[in-house]
Amino acid sequence: MSVLNREEAEALIQEVLEVYPEKAKKDRAKHLMVNDKKLESAKKCITSNRKSIPGVMTQRGCAYAGAKGVVWGPFKDIIDISHGPIGCGQYSRGGRRNYYSGVAGVDSFCDMMFSSDFQEKDVVFGGDKKLAKLIDEVESLFPLSKAISVQSECPIGLIGDDIEAVSKKKAAEIGKKVVPVRCEGFRGVSQSLGHHISNDAIRDWIISARDGKLDAGGPYDVAILGDYNIGGDAWASRILLEEMGLNVVAQWSGDGTIAEIENTPKVKLNLLHCYRSMNYIARHMEEKYAIPWMEYNFFGPTKIAESLREIASHFDDTIKEGAERVIAKYQPMMQAIIDKFKPRLQGKKVMLYVGGLRPRHTVGAYEDLGMEVVGAGYEFAHNDDYDRTIKDLKDATLIYDDATGYELEEFVRQIKPDLVGSGIKEKYAFHKMGVPFRQMHSWDYSGPYHGYDGFAVFARDMDMAINNPCWTMFKAPWEKPADAPVAEAA
Amino acid sequence: MANIMIRKSEQGYVFYMPKRDIEDSIVSMEFDTPEKWGGEIKLGNGGLYYIEPQAAPARLPYSVRAKRIDGVE
Repeated sequence: MSVLNREEAEALIQEVLEVYPEKAKKDRAKHLMVNDKKLESAKKCITSNRKSIPGVMTQRGCAYAGAKGVVWGPFKDIIDISHGPIGCGQYSRGGRRNYYSGVAGVDSFCDMMFSSDFQEKDVVFGGDKKLAKLIDEVESLFPLSKAISVQSECPIGLIGDDIEAVSKKKAAEIGKKVVPVRCEGFRGVSQSLGHHISNDAIRDWIISARDGKLDAGGPYDVAILGDYNIGGDAWASRILLEEMGLNVVAQWSGDGTIAEIENTPKVKLNLLHCYRSMNYIARHMEEKYAIPWMEYNFFGPTKIAESLREIASHFDDTIKEGAERVIAKYQPMMQAIIDKFKPRLQGKKVMLYVGGLRPRHTVGAYEDLGMEVVGAGYEFAHNDDYDRTIKDLKDATLIYDDATGYELEEFVRQIKPDLVGSGIKEKYAFHKMGVPFRQMHSWDYSGPYHGYDGFAVFARDMDMAINNPCWTMFKAPWEKPADAPVAEAA
Repeated sequence: MANIMIRKSEQGYVFYMPKRDIEDSIVSMEFDTPEKWGGEIKLGNGGLYYIEPQAAPARLPYSVRAKRIDGVE
Protein backbone atom coordinates (compact mmCIF):
# COMPACT_ATOMS: atom_id res chain seq x y z
CA MET A 1 0.00 0.00 0.00
CA SER A 2 1.31 3.43 -0.85
CA VAL A 3 1.21 6.37 1.49
CA LEU A 4 -2.24 7.68 2.19
CA ASN A 5 -3.59 10.79 0.53
CA ARG A 6 -5.49 13.36 2.52
CA GLU A 7 -8.95 11.84 2.07
CA GLU A 8 -7.76 8.35 2.95
CA ALA A 9 -5.98 9.60 6.05
CA GLU A 10 -9.06 11.46 7.19
CA ALA A 11 -11.19 8.40 6.53
CA LEU A 12 -8.78 6.31 8.56
CA ILE A 13 -9.07 8.68 11.51
CA GLN A 14 -12.86 8.48 11.31
CA GLU A 15 -12.75 4.71 11.13
CA VAL A 16 -10.51 4.47 14.17
CA LEU A 17 -12.65 6.88 16.16
CA GLU A 18 -15.73 4.79 15.44
CA VAL A 19 -15.22 2.41 18.37
CA TYR A 20 -15.23 5.10 21.04
CA PRO A 21 -18.31 6.15 23.00
CA GLU A 22 -19.73 9.50 21.89
CA LYS A 23 -17.97 11.69 24.45
CA ALA A 24 -14.59 10.02 24.11
CA LYS A 25 -14.89 10.16 20.33
CA LYS A 26 -15.47 13.90 20.41
CA ASP A 27 -12.46 14.37 22.65
CA ARG A 28 -10.09 12.09 20.76
CA ALA A 29 -11.04 13.65 17.41
CA LYS A 30 -9.35 16.84 18.57
CA HIS A 31 -6.06 15.02 19.06
CA LEU A 32 -5.77 13.53 15.58
CA MET A 33 -5.05 15.43 12.41
CA VAL A 34 -3.75 15.16 8.89
CA ASN A 35 -0.80 17.42 8.24
CA ASP A 36 -1.33 20.52 6.17
CA LYS A 37 1.79 22.57 5.58
CA LYS A 38 -0.22 25.67 4.79
CA LEU A 39 -1.27 25.98 8.41
CA GLU A 40 0.61 28.58 10.38
CA SER A 41 -0.52 27.41 13.77
CA ALA A 42 -1.42 23.92 14.87
CA LYS A 43 -3.83 25.20 17.45
CA LYS A 44 -6.95 25.03 15.30
CA CYS A 45 -6.31 21.48 14.16
CA ILE A 46 -4.84 19.66 17.09
CA THR A 47 -5.28 19.88 20.81
CA SER A 48 -2.38 18.85 22.96
CA ASN A 49 -1.24 18.76 26.57
CA ARG A 50 -4.69 17.75 27.81
CA LYS A 51 -5.67 15.13 30.32
CA SER A 52 -5.94 11.62 28.89
CA ILE A 53 -9.40 10.08 28.90
CA PRO A 54 -9.92 7.54 31.68
CA GLY A 55 -10.17 4.04 30.30
CA VAL A 56 -7.85 4.34 27.32
CA MET A 57 -4.32 3.00 27.30
CA THR A 58 -2.22 6.15 27.29
CA GLN A 59 1.54 5.81 26.98
CA ARG A 60 2.31 8.81 29.14
CA GLY A 61 4.33 8.99 32.33
CA CYS A 62 3.94 11.23 35.38
CA ALA A 63 5.53 14.41 36.68
CA TYR A 64 7.92 12.39 38.82
CA ALA A 65 9.10 10.52 35.72
CA GLY A 66 9.74 13.82 33.98
CA ALA A 67 11.65 15.25 36.91
CA LYS A 68 13.62 12.36 38.35
CA GLY A 69 13.93 10.23 35.27
CA VAL A 70 14.49 12.87 32.63
CA VAL A 71 15.94 16.07 33.98
CA TRP A 72 17.57 15.30 37.34
CA GLY A 73 18.62 11.70 36.93
CA PRO A 74 21.44 12.23 34.41
CA PHE A 75 23.34 14.80 36.52
CA LYS A 76 26.04 12.49 37.72
CA ASP A 77 27.20 14.00 40.99
CA ILE A 78 23.76 14.80 42.38
CA ILE A 79 22.13 12.12 44.50
CA ASP A 80 18.43 12.00 43.70
CA ILE A 81 16.39 10.72 46.60
CA SER A 82 13.09 9.21 45.49
CA HIS A 83 11.06 10.32 48.46
CA GLY A 84 8.07 8.06 48.86
CA PRO A 85 7.20 4.40 48.30
CA ILE A 86 9.90 2.22 46.84
CA GLY A 87 8.54 1.36 43.40
CA CYS A 88 8.86 4.73 41.67
CA GLY A 89 12.56 4.92 42.42
CA GLN A 90 13.31 1.33 41.54
CA TYR A 91 11.57 1.42 38.17
CA SER A 92 13.11 4.73 37.12
CA ARG A 93 16.65 3.58 37.76
CA GLY A 94 19.14 3.14 34.94
CA GLY A 95 16.66 2.13 32.23
CA ARG A 96 17.28 5.25 30.19
CA ARG A 97 20.99 4.56 29.72
CA ASN A 98 22.20 8.10 30.18
CA TYR A 99 25.92 7.48 30.19
CA TYR A 100 28.41 9.29 32.40
CA SER A 101 32.13 9.18 32.99
CA GLY A 102 32.97 8.52 36.60
CA VAL A 103 32.95 5.80 39.20
CA ALA A 104 29.53 4.67 40.32
CA GLY A 105 29.06 5.09 44.06
CA VAL A 106 32.16 7.22 44.46
CA ASP A 107 31.58 10.39 42.48
CA SER A 108 28.72 9.39 40.15
CA PHE A 109 25.29 8.26 41.17
CA CYS A 110 23.20 7.95 38.00
CA ASP A 111 22.61 4.23 38.16
CA MET A 112 22.09 4.00 41.90
CA MET A 113 18.73 4.30 43.58
CA PHE A 114 18.03 6.10 46.82
CA SER A 115 14.54 5.88 48.26
CA SER A 116 12.89 6.62 51.57
CA ASP A 117 10.74 3.50 51.13
CA PHE A 118 7.51 4.92 52.58
CA GLN A 119 5.45 2.60 54.73
CA GLU A 120 1.97 3.03 56.17
CA LYS A 121 3.29 4.64 59.32
CA ASP A 122 5.15 7.29 57.30
CA VAL A 123 1.95 8.21 55.52
CA VAL A 124 0.08 8.41 58.82
CA PHE A 125 2.71 10.22 60.90
CA GLY A 126 4.58 12.08 58.15
CA GLY A 127 7.91 11.30 56.56
CA ASP A 128 9.98 14.37 57.37
CA LYS A 129 11.97 12.67 60.10
CA LYS A 130 12.68 9.78 57.82
CA LEU A 131 13.89 12.14 55.10
CA ALA A 132 16.23 13.89 57.53
CA LYS A 133 17.62 10.54 58.63
CA LEU A 134 17.99 9.42 55.02
CA ILE A 135 19.96 12.52 54.07
CA ASP A 136 22.32 11.89 56.99
CA GLU A 137 22.74 8.30 55.89
CA VAL A 138 23.40 9.30 52.26
CA GLU A 139 25.94 11.82 53.42
CA SER A 140 27.82 9.31 55.57
CA LEU A 141 27.81 6.61 52.87
CA PHE A 142 28.60 8.82 49.87
CA PRO A 143 30.49 11.86 51.12
CA LEU A 144 31.77 12.74 47.61
CA SER A 145 28.35 13.60 46.25
CA LYS A 146 28.11 17.28 45.36
CA ALA A 147 24.41 17.84 46.01
CA ILE A 148 21.22 16.06 46.92
CA SER A 149 17.79 16.45 45.39
CA VAL A 150 14.56 15.29 46.97
CA GLN A 151 12.20 14.02 44.29
CA SER A 152 8.72 13.82 45.76
CA GLU A 153 6.42 10.96 44.91
CA CYS A 154 2.63 11.21 45.17
CA PRO A 155 2.14 10.66 48.94
CA ILE A 156 4.41 13.58 49.86
CA GLY A 157 2.03 16.06 48.29
CA LEU A 158 -1.04 14.22 49.54
CA ILE A 159 -0.01 14.22 53.21
CA GLY A 160 1.58 17.67 53.00
CA ASP A 161 5.12 16.96 54.19
CA ASP A 162 7.34 20.02 54.40
CA ILE A 163 10.32 18.79 52.41
CA GLU A 164 11.50 22.37 51.84
CA ALA A 165 12.06 22.89 55.55
CA VAL A 166 13.91 19.59 55.93
CA SER A 167 16.03 20.37 52.86
CA LYS A 168 17.01 23.81 54.14
CA LYS A 169 17.90 22.48 57.56
CA LYS A 170 19.94 19.59 56.22
CA ALA A 171 21.66 21.75 53.59
CA ALA A 172 22.95 23.98 56.38
CA GLU A 173 24.06 20.95 58.39
CA ILE A 174 25.95 19.10 55.67
CA GLY A 175 27.12 22.12 53.72
CA LYS A 176 25.78 20.94 50.36
CA LYS A 177 22.85 21.93 48.24
CA VAL A 178 19.71 19.98 49.06
CA VAL A 179 17.04 20.73 46.48
CA PRO A 180 13.41 19.87 47.17
CA VAL A 181 11.56 19.09 43.94
CA ARG A 182 7.78 19.17 44.14
CA CYS A 183 7.25 16.73 41.31
CA GLU A 184 4.48 14.58 42.79
CA GLY A 185 3.22 12.24 40.11
CA PHE A 186 -0.35 13.45 40.18
CA ARG A 187 0.62 16.96 39.07
CA GLY A 188 -0.20 17.85 35.50
CA VAL A 189 -1.30 15.62 32.67
CA SER A 190 2.01 14.01 31.73
CA GLN A 191 5.74 14.00 32.41
CA SER A 192 5.91 17.38 30.73
CA LEU A 193 5.00 19.22 33.90
CA GLY A 194 7.77 17.31 35.66
CA HIS A 195 10.28 18.84 33.25
CA HIS A 196 8.88 22.28 33.98
CA ILE A 197 8.95 21.76 37.74
CA SER A 198 12.56 20.55 37.62
CA ASN A 199 13.61 23.49 35.48
CA ASP A 200 11.98 25.78 38.02
CA ALA A 201 13.69 23.98 40.89
CA ILE A 202 17.09 24.40 39.22
CA ARG A 203 16.24 28.05 38.62
CA ASP A 204 15.21 28.67 42.22
CA TRP A 205 17.79 26.60 44.09
CA ILE A 206 20.94 26.20 42.02
CA ILE A 207 21.55 28.42 39.06
CA SER A 208 22.05 31.67 40.94
CA ALA A 209 24.59 30.12 43.33
CA ARG A 210 27.60 31.81 41.75
CA ASP A 211 25.96 35.07 40.71
CA GLY A 212 28.56 37.80 40.92
CA LYS A 213 31.35 35.31 41.46
CA LEU A 214 31.64 33.94 37.93
CA ASP A 215 34.44 35.09 35.68
CA ALA A 216 33.46 36.67 32.39
CA GLY A 217 33.99 33.47 30.42
CA GLY A 218 35.52 33.04 26.99
CA PRO A 219 34.03 34.40 23.79
CA TYR A 220 33.16 30.91 22.54
CA ASP A 221 31.55 29.45 25.67
CA VAL A 222 28.35 27.55 25.00
CA ALA A 223 26.17 25.14 26.96
CA ILE A 224 24.36 22.08 25.66
CA LEU A 225 20.85 22.04 27.10
CA GLY A 226 18.45 19.15 26.79
CA ASP A 227 20.87 16.44 25.76
CA TYR A 228 20.61 13.49 28.10
CA ASN A 229 23.59 11.56 26.79
CA ILE A 230 21.51 8.51 25.95
CA GLY A 231 23.97 5.94 24.69
CA GLY A 232 26.55 8.75 24.53
CA ASP A 233 24.53 11.29 22.53
CA ALA A 234 25.91 14.35 24.27
CA TRP A 235 29.47 13.20 23.74
CA ALA A 236 28.88 12.73 20.02
CA SER A 237 27.44 16.26 19.90
CA ARG A 238 30.09 17.81 22.08
CA ILE A 239 33.03 16.73 19.95
CA LEU A 240 31.54 18.45 16.92
CA LEU A 241 31.06 21.71 18.79
CA GLU A 242 34.56 21.54 20.19
CA GLU A 243 36.00 20.68 16.82
CA MET A 244 34.53 23.84 15.32
CA GLY A 245 36.18 25.89 18.04
CA LEU A 246 33.47 26.30 20.66
CA ASN A 247 34.06 25.70 24.33
CA VAL A 248 31.35 23.54 25.87
CA VAL A 249 31.01 24.71 29.46
CA ALA A 250 28.08 22.60 30.53
CA GLN A 251 26.04 19.58 29.57
CA TRP A 252 22.45 19.59 30.78
CA SER A 253 21.93 17.06 31.97
CA GLY A 254 23.60 13.97 30.47
CA ASP A 255 27.03 13.50 32.10
CA GLY A 256 26.52 16.91 33.71
CA THR A 257 27.53 18.11 37.15
CA ILE A 258 26.28 20.71 39.56
CA ALA A 259 29.39 22.81 38.91
CA GLU A 260 28.43 22.88 35.25
CA ILE A 261 24.94 24.13 36.12
CA GLU A 262 26.38 26.88 38.26
CA ASN A 263 28.82 27.86 35.52
CA THR A 264 26.20 28.04 32.78
CA PRO A 265 25.30 31.73 33.36
CA LYS A 266 28.64 32.74 31.84
CA VAL A 267 28.08 31.15 28.44
CA LYS A 268 27.47 33.24 25.34
CA LEU A 269 24.84 30.97 23.78
CA ASN A 270 22.61 28.21 25.06
CA LEU A 271 22.18 25.37 22.60
CA LEU A 272 18.86 23.66 23.11
CA HIS A 273 18.40 20.17 21.78
CA CYS A 274 15.35 18.91 23.63
CA TYR A 275 13.15 21.99 23.41
CA ARG A 276 10.28 20.39 25.27
CA SER A 277 12.12 19.60 28.49
CA MET A 278 14.53 22.51 28.82
CA ASN A 279 13.15 25.58 27.08
CA TYR A 280 12.00 26.87 30.47
CA ILE A 281 15.50 27.31 31.86
CA ALA A 282 16.74 28.71 28.56
CA ARG A 283 14.03 31.37 28.70
CA HIS A 284 14.94 32.15 32.28
CA MET A 285 18.63 32.56 31.45
CA GLU A 286 17.72 34.75 28.50
CA GLU A 287 15.84 37.09 30.78
CA LYS A 288 18.15 37.09 33.77
CA TYR A 289 21.58 36.76 32.18
CA ALA A 290 20.81 37.94 28.61
CA ILE A 291 22.02 34.65 27.13
CA PRO A 292 20.39 33.99 23.77
CA TRP A 293 19.29 30.45 23.04
CA MET A 294 18.64 28.51 19.88
CA GLU A 295 17.23 25.14 19.01
CA TYR A 296 19.41 22.80 17.01
CA ASN A 297 19.05 19.34 15.57
CA PHE A 298 21.87 16.82 15.45
CA PHE A 299 20.02 13.94 13.74
CA GLY A 300 21.26 13.14 10.23
CA PRO A 301 23.95 14.92 8.18
CA THR A 302 21.59 17.39 6.49
CA LYS A 303 20.22 18.72 9.74
CA ILE A 304 23.62 18.62 11.44
CA ALA A 305 25.17 20.76 8.70
CA GLU A 306 22.25 23.18 8.91
CA SER A 307 22.52 23.35 12.68
CA LEU A 308 26.30 23.77 12.73
CA ARG A 309 26.01 26.70 10.32
CA GLU A 310 23.23 28.24 12.35
CA ILE A 311 25.20 27.87 15.57
CA ALA A 312 28.25 29.40 13.88
CA SER A 313 26.20 32.36 12.69
CA HIS A 314 26.06 33.53 16.31
CA PHE A 315 29.86 33.81 16.43
CA ASP A 316 32.73 35.34 14.48
CA ASP A 317 34.50 34.08 11.37
CA THR A 318 36.83 31.62 13.11
CA ILE A 319 33.82 29.64 14.27
CA LYS A 320 32.12 29.94 10.88
CA GLU A 321 35.23 28.55 9.23
CA GLY A 322 35.37 25.89 11.93
CA ALA A 323 31.83 24.82 11.11
CA GLU A 324 32.63 24.55 7.40
CA ARG A 325 35.76 22.59 8.22
CA VAL A 326 33.83 20.14 10.38
CA ILE A 327 31.13 19.70 7.76
CA ALA A 328 33.72 19.16 5.01
CA LYS A 329 35.61 16.65 7.13
CA TYR A 330 32.61 14.47 7.89
CA GLN A 331 30.70 14.81 4.64
CA PRO A 332 32.64 12.07 2.79
CA MET A 333 32.18 9.67 5.71
CA MET A 334 28.47 10.40 5.79
CA GLN A 335 28.23 9.95 2.02
CA ALA A 336 29.81 6.52 2.42
CA ILE A 337 27.19 5.59 5.01
CA ILE A 338 24.36 6.88 2.85
CA ASP A 339 25.76 5.02 -0.17
CA LYS A 340 25.85 1.85 1.85
CA PHE A 341 22.46 1.98 3.52
CA LYS A 342 20.27 4.08 1.26
CA PRO A 343 19.79 1.34 -1.36
CA ARG A 344 18.62 -0.99 1.43
CA LEU A 345 16.28 1.54 3.01
CA GLN A 346 15.05 3.61 0.07
CA GLY A 347 11.31 4.23 0.12
CA LYS A 348 10.68 2.52 3.44
CA LYS A 349 7.91 4.04 5.53
CA VAL A 350 8.28 4.93 9.20
CA MET A 351 5.75 5.73 11.87
CA LEU A 352 6.97 7.49 14.98
CA TYR A 353 5.41 7.97 18.37
CA VAL A 354 7.84 9.29 20.94
CA GLY A 355 7.95 11.83 23.76
CA GLY A 356 8.02 15.49 22.86
CA LEU A 357 10.78 16.09 20.34
CA ARG A 358 12.07 13.18 18.35
CA PRO A 359 9.16 12.62 15.99
CA ARG A 360 10.09 15.91 14.32
CA HIS A 361 13.84 15.89 14.97
CA THR A 362 14.54 12.50 13.43
CA VAL A 363 12.61 13.22 10.22
CA GLY A 364 15.73 14.66 8.58
CA ALA A 365 17.82 11.62 9.45
CA TYR A 366 15.23 9.26 7.97
CA GLU A 367 15.03 11.38 4.84
CA ASP A 368 18.81 11.28 4.48
CA LEU A 369 18.45 7.51 4.25
CA GLY A 370 15.69 7.81 1.67
CA MET A 371 12.98 6.84 4.11
CA GLU A 372 9.71 8.58 4.62
CA VAL A 373 7.88 9.44 7.81
CA VAL A 374 4.21 8.63 7.23
CA GLY A 375 2.93 9.16 10.74
CA ALA A 376 4.21 11.06 13.73
CA GLY A 377 2.93 11.84 17.16
CA TYR A 378 3.91 12.85 20.63
CA GLU A 379 3.06 11.61 24.08
CA PHE A 380 3.30 14.94 25.82
CA ALA A 381 4.10 17.71 23.34
CA HIS A 382 2.49 21.12 23.61
CA ASN A 383 1.09 23.37 20.95
CA ASP A 384 4.41 25.00 20.12
CA ASP A 385 5.84 21.55 19.31
CA TYR A 386 3.06 20.88 16.85
CA ASP A 387 3.61 24.30 15.25
CA ARG A 388 7.18 23.19 14.56
CA THR A 389 6.16 19.67 13.51
CA ILE A 390 3.80 20.82 10.78
CA LYS A 391 6.70 22.43 8.94
CA ASP A 392 8.95 19.38 9.19
CA LEU A 393 6.51 16.76 7.95
CA LYS A 394 5.13 16.16 4.48
CA ASP A 395 1.58 17.10 3.61
CA ALA A 396 -1.10 14.53 4.47
CA THR A 397 1.05 12.87 7.12
CA LEU A 398 -0.96 11.47 9.98
CA ILE A 399 -0.36 13.31 13.27
CA TYR A 400 -1.57 11.95 16.59
CA ASP A 401 -1.34 13.44 20.05
CA ASP A 402 -1.30 11.23 23.16
CA ALA A 403 -2.33 8.29 20.99
CA THR A 404 -3.97 5.40 22.78
CA GLY A 405 -2.75 1.83 22.47
CA TYR A 406 -5.73 0.98 20.31
CA GLU A 407 -5.27 3.94 17.96
CA LEU A 408 -1.60 3.20 17.40
CA GLU A 409 -2.22 -0.44 16.66
CA GLU A 410 -5.02 0.39 14.27
CA PHE A 411 -2.99 3.04 12.44
CA VAL A 412 -0.09 0.62 12.03
CA ARG A 413 -2.41 -2.15 10.85
CA GLN A 414 -3.86 0.09 8.15
CA ILE A 415 -0.85 2.13 7.07
CA LYS A 416 1.48 -0.88 7.18
CA PRO A 417 4.73 1.01 7.77
CA ASP A 418 8.05 -0.74 7.33
CA LEU A 419 9.26 0.47 10.69
CA VAL A 420 7.71 1.77 13.86
CA GLY A 421 9.74 3.89 16.24
CA SER A 422 8.26 4.21 19.68
CA GLY A 423 8.75 3.20 23.29
CA ILE A 424 9.19 -0.02 25.20
CA LYS A 425 5.49 -0.21 26.05
CA GLU A 426 4.65 -0.45 22.37
CA LYS A 427 7.60 -2.52 21.24
CA TYR A 428 6.38 -6.04 21.81
CA ALA A 429 2.84 -5.37 20.64
CA PHE A 430 4.24 -4.38 17.26
CA HIS A 431 6.76 -7.19 17.19
CA LYS A 432 3.86 -9.58 17.60
CA MET A 433 2.09 -7.87 14.73
CA GLY A 434 5.17 -8.58 12.62
CA VAL A 435 6.29 -4.98 12.22
CA PRO A 436 9.98 -4.07 12.59
CA PHE A 437 10.44 -1.80 15.56
CA ARG A 438 13.05 0.50 17.08
CA GLN A 439 12.71 1.75 20.60
CA MET A 440 13.30 5.45 20.11
CA HIS A 441 13.39 6.59 23.74
CA SER A 442 16.67 4.96 24.71
CA TRP A 443 17.75 3.87 21.21
CA ASP A 444 16.96 0.22 21.83
CA TYR A 445 20.12 -0.43 23.86
CA SER A 446 22.19 1.16 21.09
CA GLY A 447 23.32 4.69 20.38
CA PRO A 448 24.52 7.34 20.19
CA TYR A 449 22.25 8.70 17.46
CA HIS A 450 23.23 12.38 17.74
CA GLY A 451 25.99 13.89 15.67
CA TYR A 452 27.92 12.45 12.75
CA ASP A 453 29.11 9.45 14.74
CA GLY A 454 25.57 8.85 15.83
CA PHE A 455 24.22 8.84 12.30
CA ALA A 456 26.44 5.89 11.41
CA VAL A 457 24.92 3.94 14.29
CA PHE A 458 21.43 5.18 13.43
CA ALA A 459 21.69 4.04 9.80
CA ARG A 460 23.03 0.64 10.78
CA ASP A 461 20.32 0.13 13.41
CA MET A 462 17.49 1.07 11.06
CA ASP A 463 18.84 -1.31 8.45
CA MET A 464 19.26 -4.02 11.04
CA ALA A 465 15.66 -3.66 12.17
CA ILE A 466 13.98 -3.39 8.78
CA ASN A 467 16.04 -5.87 6.77
CA ASN A 468 16.24 -8.46 9.49
CA PRO A 469 15.54 -11.85 7.88
CA CYS A 470 13.31 -12.84 10.80
CA TRP A 471 10.41 -10.78 9.37
CA THR A 472 10.22 -13.11 6.36
CA MET A 473 9.76 -16.07 8.67
CA PHE A 474 6.89 -14.53 10.46
CA LYS A 475 4.11 -16.76 9.17
CA ALA A 476 3.88 -20.15 10.82
CA PRO A 477 4.68 -23.00 8.39
CA TRP A 478 1.18 -24.48 8.65
CA GLU A 479 -0.41 -21.13 7.76
CA LYS A 480 1.44 -20.85 4.47
CA PRO A 481 -0.23 -22.07 1.32
CA ALA A 482 0.95 -25.59 0.49
CA ASP A 483 2.66 -24.65 -2.77
CA ALA A 484 4.55 -21.66 -1.37
CA PRO A 485 8.27 -21.84 -2.10
CA VAL A 486 10.45 -22.58 0.88
CA ALA A 487 12.11 -19.36 2.07
CA GLU A 488 15.83 -19.44 1.78
CA ALA A 489 17.94 -18.32 4.69
CA ALA A 490 19.19 -14.82 4.02
CA MET B 1 -3.38 37.79 36.83
CA ALA B 2 -0.52 35.71 35.68
CA ASN B 3 3.14 36.14 35.02
CA ILE B 4 4.03 36.43 31.39
CA MET B 5 7.32 36.89 29.63
CA ILE B 6 7.67 39.11 26.59
CA ARG B 7 10.50 38.45 24.15
CA LYS B 8 11.51 40.03 20.91
CA SER B 9 11.78 37.93 17.77
CA GLU B 10 12.42 38.91 14.17
CA GLN B 11 8.68 39.20 13.61
CA GLY B 12 8.02 41.32 16.70
CA TYR B 13 7.02 40.72 20.29
CA VAL B 14 6.40 37.17 21.48
CA PHE B 15 4.13 36.37 24.38
CA TYR B 16 4.93 33.48 26.70
CA MET B 17 3.01 32.36 29.74
CA PRO B 18 5.04 29.80 31.71
CA LYS B 19 2.14 28.62 33.85
CA ARG B 20 0.10 27.45 30.89
CA ASP B 21 3.00 27.15 28.50
CA ILE B 22 1.32 29.33 25.91
CA GLU B 23 3.61 30.86 23.37
CA ASP B 24 2.23 33.17 20.73
CA SER B 25 3.04 36.24 18.71
CA ILE B 26 1.76 39.61 19.85
CA VAL B 27 -0.06 41.16 16.91
CA SER B 28 -0.73 44.50 18.55
CA MET B 29 0.23 46.34 21.71
CA GLU B 30 -1.70 49.41 22.79
CA PHE B 31 1.29 51.51 23.86
CA ASP B 32 4.71 50.89 22.43
CA THR B 33 6.88 53.92 23.15
CA PRO B 34 9.87 54.19 25.53
CA GLU B 35 7.84 56.24 28.04
CA LYS B 36 4.58 54.34 27.90
CA TRP B 37 4.57 50.66 27.14
CA GLY B 38 1.94 47.97 27.62
CA GLY B 39 -1.82 48.29 27.79
CA GLU B 40 -3.97 45.89 25.87
CA ILE B 41 -2.09 43.25 23.95
CA LYS B 42 -3.63 41.07 21.29
CA LEU B 43 -2.21 37.66 20.51
CA GLY B 44 -2.01 35.70 17.31
CA ASN B 45 -4.44 33.13 18.70
CA GLY B 46 -7.04 35.82 19.41
CA GLY B 47 -6.37 36.14 23.12
CA LEU B 48 -6.53 39.56 24.76
CA TYR B 49 -4.41 40.52 27.79
CA TYR B 50 -3.72 43.71 29.68
CA ILE B 51 -0.42 44.95 31.07
CA GLU B 52 -0.38 47.99 33.34
CA PRO B 53 1.13 50.74 31.13
CA GLN B 54 4.67 51.49 32.26
CA ALA B 55 8.04 52.68 31.01
CA ALA B 56 9.41 50.30 28.39
CA PRO B 57 11.79 47.71 29.87
CA ALA B 58 15.46 48.38 29.27
CA ARG B 59 16.01 44.90 27.91
CA LEU B 60 13.87 42.04 26.66
CA PRO B 61 12.85 39.33 27.55
CA TYR B 62 10.92 40.86 30.39
CA SER B 63 8.58 39.22 32.90
CA VAL B 64 5.50 41.13 33.90
CA ARG B 65 2.07 40.54 35.44
CA ALA B 66 -0.74 40.50 32.94
CA LYS B 67 -4.49 40.34 33.26
CA ARG B 68 -6.53 38.18 30.98
CA ILE B 69 -9.37 40.09 29.37
CA ASP B 70 -10.45 37.58 26.81
CA GLY B 71 -8.11 34.68 26.44
CA VAL B 72 -7.82 31.44 24.68
CA GLU B 73 -6.31 29.20 27.33
